[in-house]
Amino acid sequence: MAGETVKNFALQCPVELPSDQRIVMAHGAGGRLTQRLIERVFLPAFANAPLEERHDGALIQPNGARLAFTTDSYVVKPLIFPGGNIGDLAVNGTVNDLAMCGARPLYLSCGFILEEGLPMATLETVVASMRAAALTAGVQIVTGDTKVVDRGKGDGIYINTSGVGVVEGPFTSPARVEPGDAILLSGDIASHGVAILSVRDGLEFEAPIVSDTRELWSLVDALFRAGIDVHCLRDCTRGGVSSALNEVAQARSLMHQIEESAIPVHDAVKGACELLGLDPLYVANEGRFVAWIPAAQAAEALRVLPEGAASIGVVLDKTDPLVVMRSRIGGSRVVDMLSGEQLPRIC
Amino acid sequence: MKYLDEYRDAALVQSLSAAIRSAVTRPWTLMEVCGGQTHSILKSGLEAFLPPQVSLVHGPGCPVCVTPIELIDKAVALALRPEVIFTSFGDMLRVPGSAHSLFDAKCEGADVRIVYSPLDAVRLAQSNPDRQVIFFAVGFETTAPANAMAVFQASKLGLANFSVLVAHVLVPPAMAALLESPQSRVQGFLAPGHVCTVQGYEEYVPLAERYRVPIVVTGFEPVDILEGTLLCVRQLEEGRAEVENQYSRVVRREGNVAAQRMVREVFAVSPRTWRGIGEIPQSGLQLRDAYRGFDAEERFPLSIGAVREPEVCISGLVLQGIRKPQECPAFGTACTPERPLGAPMVSSEGACAAYYLYGRRNS
Repeated sequence: MAGETVKNFALQCPVELPSDQRIVMAHGAGGRLTQRLIERVFLPAFANAPLEERHDGALIQPNGARLAFTTDSYVVKPLIFPGGNIGDLAVNGTVNDLAMCGARPLYLSCGFILEEGLPMATLETVVASMRAAALTAGVQIVTGDTKVVDRGKGDGIYINTSGVGVVEGPFTSPARVEPGDAILLSGDIASHGVAILSVRDGLEFEAPIVSDTRELWSLVDALFRAGIDVHCLRDCTRGGVSSALNEVAQARSLMHQIEESAIPVHDAVKGACELLGLDPLYVANEGRFVAWIPAAQAAEALRVLPEGAASIGVVLDKTDPLVVMRSRIGGSRVVDMLSGEQLPRIC
Repeated sequence: MKYLDEYRDAALVQSLSAAIRSAVTRPWTLMEVCGGQTHSILKSGLEAFLPPQVSLVHGPGCPVCVTPIELIDKAVALALRPEVIFTSFGDMLRVPGSAHSLFDAKCEGADVRIVYSPLDAVRLAQSNPDRQVIFFAVGFETTAPANAMAVFQASKLGLANFSVLVAHVLVPPAMAALLESPQSRVQGFLAPGHVCTVQGYEEYVPLAERYRVPIVVTGFEPVDILEGTLLCVRQLEEGRAEVENQYSRVVRREGNVAAQRMVREVFAVSPRTWRGIGEIPQSGLQLRDAYRGFDAEERFPLSIGAVREPEVCISGLVLQGIRKPQECPAFGTACTPERPLGAPMVSSEGACAAYYLYGRRNS
């Protein structure tokens, strides 16, 4: 037991800091360690203007064209889950990253890393889903690559997709977020993460919950067509709604205030989260986004978005990079960025 | 959602808040025993609904936090053995030992797996007959029945490759120890609802009588906690010291008798060391002789080095309700959820984690 006197603890920290010395799972969880990895390793190494925007994709302007370019890798266990499979994710995820830049998705590349022994039927199922998802999103998969790794060195299938889209209107970016902007959420949250958990090895539970995976460009396009001046868009994938909000609050140094009672969560998802000790704000989604738009256009935007979309908060005129939430009962708390992975609790 | 929304009702919260304000005439210090209650208080911003005279201090009811560092070190050493599949509730993985956590061991290649139920660990042992499956049996009275059942089942199945690392603790002896402490400021308790679901609340009656302290068995939602506070404050104001049950939708006086029987079958009461607090007599559970064969500490004789606790960490004082997390010089600086010095910063029931996650820069 420690005494109460303050000592020079910085010199005697007893715990090795594994998260600084080697890769841990949380480096890929989309929370604070992911941010730190980007800041310490990738940004200094690759420094350039489009990268430093730190958006879901980069805006590049070769020969006067206005293109958005993005890439994402997909690793999910199990490969096939309620409501979709890794193929749906690989197309929708990259399409959505482009959509979040305000870009109409056009072309995708596709790299497969397959594990020796993978049943051909599984690959065919995944590829059929990719075809269907590409058709729905109006994109073509125009180039690709295949590698096979030794049995035991992969989880069946890993997929990387890159995508190019064209920016027809204004580029949406955290830099355009203004005090007073309404914060809109495109639908109920957390069903993807909970659907995956419900079938994960050792955690199986019966729940009528399916993944929310879907393309988002059609929704973004609808907002543009309705004349909504969309300032910024973020899809709420790893790290959930909380990470999307915190990233923008930090990038813009503006306090965000949200209302717990306004955040839509399906009852079955809410129940599963309560049982497992998970906060829906941190659970991954694959077909939901947050939009920052002028408050005067919020009602019109909600008319355009599907049923279930909601206005969940507002950007305050306070230069504090913090997300605060008014709880259902009227209390207030900070919504921090996810630290490490969310773990099931004991009791 | 039923059983949820009605206990997070803003109007009900306001009326309970008003009732507490009108009941209170002088300062009172109450302790909510369970870390789940602490998190609920911080997460919903409940302290704003309490009058300044009522202060809540946070108790030791975080199983992850009070598990002795020796056992974390043993868990890490066991997990690193090549023949072992080490299974645990998720909460335990980030808890720092002297040098490493189970997460670190996983990074080193240890086969560490999260399970929801100890019975999943038994199934894992059945399906991996060539491996030794160890389950980290931690927790209060709440998890004891399921953990006991796992050992009971493994015994019935004659499983030679299943064992448990036991770190079970009991609430009433810890409350008595806190009340005996000269530093204690606690005048009333919100007792842990889920522990009482299993154990009932008969055993709290002698505590209330002996120490002249009100004990209100309390649930975990905002309305529960405010109602528990109201009942406790009323007792204090009226000079009563009784056991009351706020959480009556779940807790019965006698508790879950079948669960208690299973616990008694497998475990016997024993002394236990609490991390940050020290040894408390008769405050834990150990396997009975008939089940000693399932004790991982006996099956795998271990010699671990001397344990090291970071000197700056005041988690022991936090767990006893003597200090609040933000009074720690390391809070949010040298100690964060990514680089924890003490267990309360990483557990989902730890007070430091609650303050860091929900309260930081907001008070």
